[in-house]
Amino acid sequence: MSNKFSRRGVLKSGAIAGSGLLLPTYLRAESHSGFTNAPTGSEVVFGFNVPQTGPYSEEGLDELRAFQLAVEHLNGEGDGGMLNTFSSKALDGAGILGKKVTFVTGDTQTKSDVARASAQSMIQKDGAVMITGGSSSGVAVAVQGLCQEAGVIFMAALTHSNDTTGKDRKANGFRHFFNAYMSGAALAPVLGSAYGTERRAYHLTADYTWGWTQEESIAASTEALGWQTVEKVRTPVGAGDFSSYIAPVLNSGADVLILNHYGGDMVNSLSQAVQFGLRDKMVNGKQFEIVVPLYSELMAAGAGSNIQGVYGSMNWNWQLQDAGTQAFVKSFGEKYGRPPSNAAHTSYVQTLLYADAVTRAGTFNPCGVVEALEDFEFDGMGNGPVLYRGADHQCFKDVLVMKGAENPTNEYDTLEIVETTPRAQVEYEPDHPMFAGGDLGQCNPGA
Amino acid sequence: MFGLNQKDTKFLLIVVALTLLTPFLLNPFPTDSAMAQFNAGYPALMQRFAIYGLMAIGFNILFGLTGYLSFGHAAFLGVGSYSAVWMFKLLSMNILPAIILAMIVSGLFALAIGYISLRRSGIYFSILTLAFAEMSYRLAYSVLTPITNGETGLQLNLNDPRILDGAADTSSLPVPGLFGMKMNSTYTLDIGAWSFDFNVGFYVCAVIAILGFYMSLRIFRSPFGMMLRAVKSNQQRMNYTGLNSRPYTLAAFVISGIYAGLAGALLAAMDPLAGAERMQWTASGEVVLMTILGGAGTLMGPVLGAGFIKYCENIFSKINETILHSWFSFLPDSLESVVVWFFARFVGEGWHLTLGVLFMLIVIFLPGGLVEGGQRIASWWKNRGKDEDSSNQPAE
Amino acid sequence: MDAIILQFFNGLEKGSAYALIALGLTLIFGTLGVVNFAHGALFMIGAFCAVTLRKVFEISKVSLDPTKTDFLGKPLEVKTPYVEAWFGETVGSAMINYSVPLAILLTIPVMLFVGWAMERGLIKHFYKRPHADQILVTFGLAIVLQEIVKYFFGANPIQMMAPSDYSGTVNIGAMLGMDIFYPVWRLVYFFFSAVIIGGVFAFLQFTTFGMVVRAGMADRETVGLLGIDIDKRFTLMFGLAAGVAGLAGVMYTPILSPNYHMGMDFLVLSFVVVVVGGMGSLPGAVAAGFLLGILQSFASLNEVKAIIPGIDQIIIYLVAIVILLTRPRGLMGRKGVMED
Repeated sequence: MSNKFSRRGVLKSGAIAGSGLLLPTYLRAESHSGFTNAPTGSEVVFGFNVPQTGPYSEEGLDELRAFQLAVEHLNGEGDGGMLNTFSSKALDGAGILGKKVTFVTGDTQTKSDVARASAQSMIQKDGAVMITGGSSSGVAVAVQGLCQEAGVIFMAALTHSNDTTGKDRKANGFRHFFNAYMSGAALAPVLGSAYGTERRAYHLTADYTWGWTQEESIAASTEALGWQTVEKVRTPVGAGDFSSYIAPVLNSGADVLILNHYGGDMVNSLSQAVQFGLRDKMVNGKQFEIVVPLYSELMAAGAGSNIQGVYGSMNWNWQLQDAGTQAFVKSFGEKYGRPPSNAAHTSYVQTLLYADAVTRAGTFNPCGVVEALEDFEFDGMGNGPVLYRGADHQCFKDVLVMKGAENPTNEYDTLEIVETTPRAQVEYEPDHPMFAGGDLGQCNPGA
Repeated sequence: MFGLNQKDTKFLLIVVALTLLTPFLLNPFPTDSAMAQFNAGYPALMQRFAIYGLMAIGFNILFGLTGYLSFGHAAFLGVGSYSAVWMFKLLSMNILPAIILAMIVSGLFALAIGYISLRRSGIYFSILTLAFAEMSYRLAYSVLTPITNGETGLQLNLNDPRILDGAADTSSLPVPGLFGMKMNSTYTLDIGAWSFDFNVGFYVCAVIAILGFYMSLRIFRSPFGMMLRAVKSNQQRMNYTGLNSRPYTLAAFVISGIYAGLAGALLAAMDPLAGAERMQWTASGEVVLMTILGGAGTLMGPVLGAGFIKYCENIFSKINETILHSWFSFLPDSLESVVVWFFARFVGEGWHLTLGVLFMLIVIFLPGGLVEGGQRIASWWKNRGKDEDSSNQPAE
Repeated sequence: MDAIILQFFNGLEKGSAYALIALGLTLIFGTLGVVNFAHGALFMIGAFCAVTLRKVFEISKVSLDPTKTDFLGKPLEVKTPYVEAWFGETVGSAMINYSVPLAILLTIPVMLFVGWAMERGLIKHFYKRPHADQILVTFGLAIVLQEIVKYFFGANPIQMMAPSDYSGTVNIGAMLGMDIFYPVWRLVYFFFSAVIIGGVFAFLQFTTFGMVVRAGMADRETVGLLGIDIDKRFTLMFGLAAGVAGLAGVMYTPILSPNYHMGMDFLVLSFVVVVVGGMGSLPGAVAAGFLLGILQSFASLNEVKAIIPGIDQIIIYLVAIVILLTRPRGLMGRKGVMED
């Protein structure tokens, strides 16, 4: 209570002293140049909203490392990384439109509610003009919706569900990362040539939206190959012990197990499937195989030797040999002493792409940025030539098919690149049934 | 006044004043100063203070008065949110129907769960409520996705019917409002280096929270409240006197469930999204922690506890090493990095540690929660005055 | 038939974990009357004892191999564990291979100490405080313990291998003339937990100490009046409970890769198990653990899920509700324990 009076005293004296300065303004958004959080000073604020606590916090921290590196490069510090290899030369390392880039960070806890609260605080309190981050599709979709309403740009980082640029697509939201459909389309031919076209697949799927889109995509593309789907089983998220879901696989007549799991669930279900001797089994006269459609190198390290020879897909990997990748891996590795994960890569690229779009548009106005990013083609960011499609704000680029390495030398090369699937093979129409039902709406610059 | 005695009226007026002045109280630091990091006076957080305060007030009616520890109150919060968002989708963006439906649905939900769970007492009751809430959460996350939209959370869509609102423009999502006043509109007052946000949504929440507080004050002071307290002190004796206490506890359970549903509806009204995690046991546990932390059974305690936890979650988690470096840049380099390393363990990715440590410190040193801390300061302040008086006396 | 036998074994293995965790919890919670929200954290610390031991064994001498390069093009660092250098390659690699069972030797003293320190330093002052205060302080402690582990080991799950001799499968149907293969380590875990449970029961049943503790649980006041210092024995009980939780954790690591918040994942479940078993009953907790484990396994069968979608997600809670409504004090609860 005593506090209240002293504060009131402060306010009173402040009000008297500054009575000449009493300047009521209108809605913050309207007071400037017609869009939310238009940067007025010499700085522009980005909001990096990643999981810093909970099961995905390591991934979140790796994203945060990449964001900070991107900010350094934008401000002309460090060696410039991919700015040197990026096909667009609009960025010069002197900030964005002459403004120095600063950032705020927040913790999503991998929960939609908390992530939105954190993003709101960045928008309302810190004046962030762009929000990025994520390591779960649910969170990404939720924050993307918030940014659309608030009138800022959302550059999604790690989100793999078809819905992000499918039924939940938003005009203010952009995704560089690949999606479940692309995973399926890239993996199927490799699986076909490695395991043949006469296979019977058993799916274990994390029982939530990402798991479902992943299951739908990979089932469709393997069935197109000639495989049969024996069973699709939904497992509770965070089940820990998957033994009671794995045991029925043994006698199902299936000869391939597809694990539509991510993160800790993937580590546990894969390890336990190996413990049950699945990979030593012969079924229908064929060697039993396991497939993990979406790989993450941080989780691959957690699964250790169990992933040897297991196929999966990735958006990007540090072992690629192109100039952009090498530049990024060099600056990331020198700063943090470890190679970047593909979550880090997409985070870094998204930040640069946003900065570049602002520079080309000549404004921070979200509608200008949207216009600059739509149907933008670029190269030199580690994925070959890329198209940011305007119809659904999804990037189209090559997809990597990965395999667990037989003889990893350290915790970073547990995966090896099997094939780089060309972009043409993973493309689809914006109104493809798996992506139908969405509507970008119009870009929203805020009130 | 208001059917309260003089002391309570004064108390209520103080609470009203504090609530309405929140935008000032929570923004004590100039916007551009280094301390601005600790300002909490932005709309989203102020709204959450009011909403979770309301929920904790309601929880306290059950737990503080009857001693029945429910570990499933988050289920009512979630149900309230889902009802409200469905109302926004189907009927109208006006928050009134949403709030009313949420209160009805959560009340019915609480009636059903309470009727079953209250057949047991003590820990058996807690586990029953926990089981119901966990079931609701797991089903909402998976099987019930058509109703709840699962992990992503139930959201508004451009093509929702919204019967009462008629054909709105289809290019952007509508904003919840109260007869034309949009929840997200904010008036920013700049005074010198300070700036204060006055947000419609916050004041709607604040007024409802004050009403909720007033209701709870009346319940605490009513014969009904007496009866609930009697349940806490000795239910067996009550039953032996031939009095069936179940209807009273059930009423308390339903009332607190409605409070939680109302809080859920307000969450959805401020930010139209209802996520399944709202029903998880951690969310139920959070309300329990808020109430205990502030002081169970006291009127103000739960609100303080709610504010405390939400403040930690939103403010400490946003402090990163870059900010720490800017604070301690005046120190010599070697010392700076040590100090920054130390504080970095407690903020940003380490904010949970701060929360855990504070929980322990508070419960060890302030057995009655934050309210007791306030009382101790107040009595110390008074006694200090007295000491001065007594020291003056010999001179006379 | 095969599927049912397999699920039964899965249920036994799940049940062993639930029973072990619940056993420790019910010693503290059902008998000392302390609501210990840090019990999950004790399980987690046990698991990380195994991780720590393996990391210690793997501390390596680093030498540079100029023929290979790392990701930045620098010479590759080659690591040789010191244990291999000191004890020879066979013994050293065997030590690393057997680090999980060996970690039991580390876990017992560590957990006894943690339990002792917790009881003497913190819980002792909370016996007379309301349950609400106990919840707050132990929850705070659980968060602090978690964050400490997270600081040292990160947030990702860490893979722990069972010793290679025990990491394969065995044909459990051979006697019945069927081919049913089951992971060896899960059977080991089941027998391990049976031994621990038996040991704890024997300890409480057949020793004077156990007798006094049981008397103290039944009527603390009278035992105190007889001039017996029951508090000292309760300290040891706390240590014992922590030890059981830790052992449950350490042997579980090859089944479930440990991460820093695995304790929280098991916390709610272990409370449910204890309460379903009945407050104040050790056999009840064990029985409830196995019952819930087995039911959960069978609920995961596709045939069952086809009838009731999502049943595998909620079976534990559903069973808990049914049992608590039909049996007011759980399976074997005692009257008057934690009922108000």
